Formats: sequence, C-alpha cells, structure tokens
Amino acid sequence: MSAFVMQLRRNVDPAVLIASGCIVLLLIGGSLYSPNFLSPDYLLQQLRVASFLGVIATGSMIIILLGNIDLSIPWVVTLGGMMATAAAGWWGDWGVALAIPFGVACGALVGLISGFGVAFLRVPSMIFTLGMNAVVQGLVVVHTGGFAPQDRATEAMHVLATGSVLGIPNALLLWLAVAAAMIFMLNRTTLGRKIYALGNRERAAYLSGVNTRMVILACFAIAGACSGLGGVLLAGYATKAYQAMGELYLLPAIAAVVLGGTRILGGKGGYIGTMVGVILITLLQSILSVMQMPEMGRQIIYGTVIITMLLTYGRGAKTEG
Amino acid sequence: MKNPARTKRDAEPILQMTGISKRFGGVQALDGVDFACHSGRIHAVLGENGAGKSTLIKILAGVVQPDEGRILFGGKEMRFPRPSDAVAAGIATIFQELSLMPHLSVADNICITDPPRKWGFIDGRAQRRIAAEALARAGADDINPLAPVSSLPLSRRQMVEIAKALARNPQLLILDEATSALTAADVTRVFEVLKRLREEGLAIIYISHRMAEIAELADDCSVFRNGRHVATFKAGEKTDNQVIELMIGREASHAFPPKPPRPETEAAPVLETSHLDWENRLKDVTIKLHRGEILGLGGLDGQGQMELLLALFGTLESVRGEIRIDGRRVRPASPKAAKNGPLGIALIPEDRKTDGLMLPMSVRDNLTFAALDKVSSGGVISPAAETAAVDEMVRLLGIRMGSAEDTANTLSGGNQQKVVIAKWLLNKPAIILLNDPTRGIDVGTKQELYQLLRKLADDGAAIILYSTDYYELIGCCDRVAVFYDGRIVRELAGPAITEQALVASAFNMPVEELDGAAIPGAHS
Amino acid sequence: MSTFRYRLMEHRGTLLAAAVFLALLIFYIANSHSGLNAAVATTIANKGVLLAIVAMAQTLPILTAGLDLSVGMVFVLANCLASALVVGSPLQTAFGIVVVLLAGLLCGLVNGLIIVFGRLQPIITTLATGAVYFGLALWLRPVPGGDVNGDLADALTGQLPGGIPAMLAVLLAVVFLIWVPYRNSVLGRAAYAVGSSEPASYMSGIPIGRVKIVVYSLSGLLAAIAGLLLTFVTYSGEASASIGGTYTLNSIASVVIGGTSLMGGFGSAIGSIFGAFVLRSIEDLLFVMDLDPLWQPLFQGVILLIAVSLGAFRLLRMSNRLDLFH
Repeated sequence: MSAFVMQLRRNVDPAVLIASGCIVLLLIGGSLYSPNFLSPDYLLQQLRVASFLGVIATGSMIIILLGNIDLSIPWVVTLGGMMATAAAGWWGDWGVALAIPFGVACGALVGLISGFGVAFLRVPSMIFTLGMNAVVQGLVVVHTGGFAPQDRATEAMHVLATGSVLGIPNALLLWLAVAAAMIFMLNRTTLGRKIYALGNRERAAYLSGVNTRMVILACFAIAGACSGLGGVLLAGYATKAYQAMGELYLLPAIAAVVLGGTRILGGKGGYIGTMVGVILITLLQSILSVMQMPEMGRQIIYGTVIITMLLTYGRGAKTEG
Repeated sequence: MKNPARTKRDAEPILQMTGISKRFGGVQALDGVDFACHSGRIHAVLGENGAGKSTLIKILAGVVQPDEGRILFGGKEMRFPRPSDAVAAGIATIFQELSLMPHLSVADNICITDPPRKWGFIDGRAQRRIAAEALARAGADDINPLAPVSSLPLSRRQMVEIAKALARNPQLLILDEATSALTAADVTRVFEVLKRLREEGLAIIYISHRMAEIAELADDCSVFRNGRHVATFKAGEKTDNQVIELMIGREASHAFPPKPPRPETEAAPVLETSHLDWENRLKDVTIKLHRGEILGLGGLDGQGQMELLLALFGTLESVRGEIRIDGRRVRPASPKAAKNGPLGIALIPEDRKTDGLMLPMSVRDNLTFAALDKVSSGGVISPAAETAAVDEMVRLLGIRMGSAEDTANTLSGGNQQKVVIAKWLLNKPAIILLNDPTRGIDVGTKQELYQLLRKLADDGAAIILYSTDYYELIGCCDRVAVFYDGRIVRELAGPAITEQALVASAFNMPVEELDGAAIPGAHS
Repeated sequence: MSTFRYRLMEHRGTLLAAAVFLALLIFYIANSHSGLNAAVATTIANKGVLLAIVAMAQTLPILTAGLDLSVGMVFVLANCLASALVVGSPLQTAFGIVVVLLAGLLCGLVNGLIIVFGRLQPIITTLATGAVYFGLALWLRPVPGGDVNGDLADALTGQLPGGIPAMLAVLLAVVFLIWVPYRNSVLGRAAYAVGSSEPASYMSGIPIGRVKIVVYSLSGLLAAIAGLLLTFVTYSGEASASIGGTYTLNSIASVVIGGTSLMGGFGSAIGSIFGAFVLRSIEDLLFVMDLDPLWQPLFQGVILLIAVSLGAFRLLRMSNRLDLFH
C-alpha cells in the first residue's frame, strides 16, 4: 500500500466513519418520513441549531481530552446568556456593544476558577465542576431575583444566532471559525501537544518540564468561554435569556464528543469527530421531533443509539499482559 | 556451595513445553521453543529484553496464550487461559510489576484469590494467620499482615509478593526479576528461602539480569535469544563472557568505555550542593560535580540517592541547604524551572512507562516533548523542524523502531529508554541526572548507553548516575558518592572505586574492616 | 501498630464524615426553634434516608473505580413503577415491592453487562442507560400520579415505639442486610481490589467481570429501594428528570464527602450515608438560619463546593510534588 494510504488509515478514525455513516442513514430515514427533510432550508436550520451544541461541545471536548470532565456546562451556559443580556441593560450603548464578549468572558472566568480548583487544589474535575455548577446556579438566582436585570437579547446576539450571510447561517460560520481554530490548536501548536500528553499521562508530562497547571487552567478557561458563547447564542436565538437555558446541553455535549471517537478517559480524539458527533445528535433529536415522538420514546432511542454506536466502535482493550 | 545430592536431571521434568510459538503483531516473540525444568532444581533463564523469556513466563502464568505448542505439567497436558488457571494448577509467578492492590492490607492481598471463609463470609482471623505463615515462610515476618500495602516501601512489597506466591503452595515457582527492588539483606533472605524450597522439592524458574545471583543460585541455565531457546547447560559450565555472547549473539565487547584521566587541578564545579536537608531523607548532603565528569551515587536502595536527584530537578518542596550552578544560587521550583534554568538539567526517571513516556502517543510526539520550544515558534510546531530533530536523535542513539509515527508502546524496553534519553538530549542539557536508567534493560542496549554517557561527558556535560548495579558504578563513574541513611558516608575516586569499597561503604563500614567475603546479593 | 489503630486508619473517611454530621446536627439543634423532637427527627430522616440509600448505591461502582450516572433515573423509575404496583391488598403490595426491586436489579444488571461485555466506560454507559430508564419512567407516568399502599406508607414514614423514625430502621436494615454482608463477602472484598488496581487484580486471578456485574446490579437494587421509599413519602410517582439528575449528582457529592475515593479501592457505604446526611443538613441549616431564600441556593452551592473539595482534598503540604500525580 502506498505511503499516503497508510497515512490515511492511521489518521482516519473508524469512529468518525461510522458516525458519518449514521448521519447518512438518518438523512435517508428522515427523508422517507417527510420529503421536507432533505430541503436546503431544513438542513441549514439543522446546521444552525447544531452550531449551538457544537460551540458548547468544543469546550467539552478539550476538557475530556485532558482526561477531565466539565459538569458545570448547564449553568455556565445560562450565565453566559444572562450576563450578555444584562450588560446591555447596565451599560447602555457600551453594554450593547460589549454584550457578546462580556458573556463569553464571564464563562471564561468561571472556567478559570474551575481550572484553579483542578490544577492547584487538585480536586477531581468531576467534583469541582459539580460544585461550581451549583455555585453559578446560586449566582444566577441572586442575579435574576434580586436585581431584575434586562434579559432581552441585543440585536447583535439575535443576528448572530438567527441571521445568515449569503444563505449560510451566521451561527454556522461562527462554529466553523471555532472549529478551524481548534483543529489548528490541537494539531499544530505546542498547547495542543501538551493537552494530548496530559490526557495520556500527566505525571510524565510534568517530569518532562511542562507547566501542567497552566495547561489545565488554560483549557478550563477556554471551555468556560465556549459554554459562555453557547449561552450567548441560545439567548440570541430565543431573543431572551432564561434560567435553565443550559440544562439540556450537558449530556448531548458529552455524548457528541464520545460518539465522535474521543476517548472518555482522555488523550485521544480529533475535532472533526466531535463535529460529526454534534451533527449526528442534532439530526437525531430533530428527526424524533419531526416524527412527533413523545418525550419518553426520544429518551429511550437517544440512550439506545448511543450505546449501540459505542458498542460498534468504542470498545476498550482487553487486559492482556 | 551446591548440595551434591541434587535431583538428577535425567529424572522426569515436572514442566515440559514443546514447540511453543507466539507472535505479537509483527514480532515473533517465541519461535518453536522447547523448555523443561525439574523439581528440586533452580533453573535460571537468561536473555536480553525481547529474547522471549518474559513471554515464556507469561504463557506459564496464564497471562498470554501461545499460538502453537504443548505444555505438560506434572505429566498432564495443560492450558492456562487465565492467570487463575495457572495458579490452580500449582504454578505461582512473581512478576517485576507487582500484583498487589495498594489499598488493601497485606493479609487481604495474600489471600485475595481464595480467602478463608466462615459462614460464607471472609474469616479475617484465619486470613491473618495464613498471611503470617506465608510471610514467615518467605522470611519476612517483620511485616504486619494488617498493614495496607501502600504503606510499605517497595522492597517490603516485593516480599509480600513472594509470600503471596508461597501461600498457594505451588509446585513450580517462577521469579521474573523479582529481586530487582530488594535490599541486599532481603536478597540474602530470599535466597535462603529459595534454597530451602529447592530442598523441599519445588521447581523454580529464576529470571534475572544479575550474573552473580545466578551463579549463587542456579543449578541449570537456559539462554534465550530472539525468541529461540539457544542453549541449556549446568551452572558453572560456561564463563560469564560466554554466557553474554550466547545472549547477544556476538562477541562481548569490553563492557565499559575507557575513562579519561582525572584532571590535575580541580576546575570550578558546575553544580554543587551544600548541606542539603529534606524530610529526614537527605541529611547534610554536600557534593560537587564538574563538567566532563560522571558522578555515581552508590549505596543500598533508598538511602537518599533518588531524593537527591529529585531535589536537584525541582520536584521536592522545602529543601533546606544550597544548590549552586556555576557558582550562582538556584532554587529549582519545578522540572520546568530545572529544565529552563541557567544550565539545563535533565532527569531520566526510574520508571519509563509511567514517568518517562506517554506510551499511547507516537515516538515522534514523545521524542520532541521536552524540547517543544526548539521545534516550534510562537507556539506553532514546525513539522520540518520536528522531523529533523527526530531523525537526528534516532541516528545518534540507534533507536530501533518501525517508524516515528508508531506508538511508543510498540518499542522494546531498551529502545523506549533511548527515546526518553533522546527526548532530553534535544535540549542539550549541561547537567544530566539518571535514576537507575539500565534497570530491566538488555545487555546490548546497556553497553550502548555506557558509550553514550561517556561521550556526553567528554563533550562537556556533567552527569550524575544513580545505579543499583555495582559493576556500572565501577565501570562508568569517575567518582562515586556512597549514601547511607540520607548522608554521604564516603566518596571514592578513580581506582579507589572497587567492589569492596562500595559494599563496605554501603553498609557504613570502614573499608579496611571488610573481611573479603563477597556478600550475596550485593553483586548485580 | 495495633489492630485497633489499623482499623481506625482504614475507616478514617467514614469517621470524619460522621464527626462532621454530628457537629452539624448539634449546631442545628442549638439553632432551631423546636430542638430535636421525634417529629423533627422523622422529617429529617424521611428526606435524608432517600439520598443516603442512593449514595450507598453510588458507592459500590465508585469503589471499583467506576461510576453510575443512572442511579437517579433508576430511583425515579422505581418510584413510578411503585406508584402503579405497590397498592391494594397486602399480597398485591408485597408482589409490587418485589417487582420494583427486581426492576432495579435488572437495570443495574444491564449496566453491568454492557460495561463488562461491551467493554464500554461506565461514565458514558450509565449516561446513556440513564436516558433509557428515564424514558421508561415517563412511559409509566407521563404525568405525576398513582398511589401507594397507605398503611405501609404511614408506617414507614412514621415512628417506631420510642420516637425513632421508621425510615432510620429501614436504613439500618439495608445496611445490615445488604452492605455489611457484601463488604465481608469474597466478591465484596474483590470489589475493593478491582478498584485499587485492576491489573493487579487480573494477575491475582480475581473474576473482574463477575465482580463488576454484581456491583452494578446491587447498585440498581439499592437505587430501587430508595425509589420505593420515595413513593411512600410522596404517595405518588413522578417522572422528573430534574429530580433524577439532582439525586445522581448529589449521590456523587455524598460519596465524596463520606470519604470514599473516586479513584476506587478505598471507602465505605456507611461513610456515604453520613455524607448524604451532611448534605441534607446543610440545606436544612440554611433554612433554619432564616437566610433570605434568594441567597440560599448560592450559599448551598458554595458550601457544597467547599465540602466536596475538602472531601477530595489532598494535602496542600505535599513535600514531593510528584505525589500529586497518581
């Protein structure tokens, strides 16, 4: 076999292929159910909605690659949306202009704190982000209850989430930009290399002279920013921020990453896979919605699909000496 | 001396393996191997890493399945699909990597497979009793059965491992490098136990890289090379050199490269420590290290040698005392600081699998990992620079692998260690610290490493080598600092570095008092 | 060291959690208006025991270095199932109880089988199966409703002679009939071994697959017991994702506060029980202290964060930084 094909075989993750195949199946299946399914309008709308999950799953993926997990997604997403809308209310014109960055920055700040807990206090990420989730929830409750802030999305947020350029949804363009940055970061930068190393063996990375704390801090900050950005988009889409915006995004974010071939224990996985996983889950949820499947059926199918797909490619190695 | 009334080798072997073959991916680990051993005899197995001895043992232990071949044990044909089958058949194996659960107590560990029961539940008292008996049988009755294994130092854990094997009353006992972590006193006791078990009729297979141990214990020796069983002979029939030749298949070259003459006047030291103190593990340690010099750290295991290396490399906190590099005071706060300091410091760790490499990552990724800033600019990695660096190191160290994209876990132990060293050499460190770098490495790679160290020193690097192998210390080092209980009790230089001096110092005895008898296990 | 000292060291996590709970309890009694009478104790018990048993369910997989994110959903499913079956005559009620418990066992068994034979990681497996179990709960109870055997419910949520809450007695029964025998059984000890070092366990010949299947099955059973008890408290069944999710996450927090290591190999379900009660006490304390309800969630969150961080905290004063990495 030529060197190029060997390289291809090495680099293409079978998981991504299988997931892509499933997407095709879903499209075919959906089109059988309703001819509208393959219409460009509908597909673009799916990609738009997928972009929301895609941005959030980006942060999720980085943390999982690191060998950790971020359970604070639900309320950091909400925080991002709320802070963005609130900024517009607090600071007039300046606030409107800075709404989106402010929402993202708030998410990043929370991420930084989580990163501190994991990197410096050495608290397991599952536990610390769980706690942070509760803290942020408390903050949001105080914020909404005590100060009656503005919760209307700014024009910019709305356009970002719902508008299109040349027929392509803005949200999708944003996601693609984020994707490009991620792919570059993970594959071509020293930070990316360090992330994979930490996910594989933090101890060896530390002994090789890497500032592991900084890497962890940076990753959690980025992840927080992604969650915040996701919240901004969701608020823009709904034209307002509301509590529990992020609640439905935790499990899909993790599932998308894992279905995309990323190892849940860290150290292995590519961003393209996550993108495929995001689209897969979005399409699945969409089909079930179009079929007017009751919630109970959706849940069952959702869970079964994840298990089945993981069984086809996510199997761990048997313990052999 | 050996007991002349040994079981005759013509008696029926208790273990007979015929035509055993095993392939792992592209590597033929074992190729049509026949092997037999007898009850009441200690059978040593020698060979380089990758020669197949480990695979043979793993087949007997039920960890790995042979592709072809038959195993006759006690006259019956047997198969061991799982470790529990081998144990049930009467084969107990003691591996280099321990099979102990750190959180559980010694007693729990010893009895874990088949705990004594009372009314369906585990009988704690009976368990403690069985454990105490097994520990006594292994010569380690100082260990409390209730202690959690994690609280014991490595040498004690190895003794628990041995006790665990003995508790199963095996007919065949296999030790795979089982003494590598033991103190000299433990080794003596283990040898007594093994000899006693031999009298009792146990068959023992003993794998070790330490020639002196084999000379002491073995009745029969087998040599493996490249997956084949090349020779079996009675102990003593061949010289060490002949044995090494059999193992590496070529004439054993002089093991150690020549040392340069000692300089007349002492140049300014590149590294010195004054009155280093840490946690009762380092006490008032003062050393000087010069460019072009290889300083060895000797002494029994765990006397502070590793702690000194860690202190210099920046992983220890609250170290009292001074460290000076080129006369300037430094306080390394992390490996990163040590690496990026005024003169780069490198540490080759003891356990390459957990500390030196990211095994699932490619050789390329591992090799460039400590020198990422050298192959990148502004945080972006340059593939061309990376490839150049990798090629240079592979050539320099003679790393044998498929391609740089292969994952590190496909390499043999010796080549993995080379990758670890290459990783650091990319930084051109001025000070190189090595923590027992040749443990578990085959003879051929060891020799290559000795040549490399001397070359690095000749080129101006300053090297500290902690080794548990006396021959290494004698052959490689210009000076040796012997540790005892956290202190340096003697410094030996040049021709004064002798086995006698090293051993005496290790036991904190004055060199003159040694009565000349070799202490078993103090050899390597 | 004497036997006693070793035992002390072995159970230090549990003892610490118990001490914290005791401190909170004393503080609570000192500050509350009514003190600790039977009625107050019963209310505390009724709420706390539910989480305590779910925390016990979570402890088992965590001991093997695994995790069960579906416990909350099995809890909810059992609740919904019970609200349909645990009604009517004593015979019907008993039958209903058996079915509910078996259902929980089955859910856990499915988890275990997928993890062992499918060789999938517990975290993602139980995430997915949790969705399925929740879907089943929704199927049973699309809207909250149902009923439960009133006499039995009254008895269990009331008091025994002497003012002891009946729920506490149920908890003790669960501890002594399930946890203690399990812990001292061969498979139970093996679970600790697997969590401590799976490779070493394999080399030692421990039947890892069997150990894990039993662990997850028992976990499902315990979650179902808690769900059953929930039905007796609320007299109805509700398929609420929010309740399921909260119980799952709180069970993890309880386990950590109770001194069990997330890495496996160390800890005890009894510690998790105290961890659950500590968690519940914090909520009640804030209530009792007349804190502005607006600020309660925030305080709760911060205290939870501190509590779990302390529970998982490794000594800041590490003299060898290498020890920070496992």
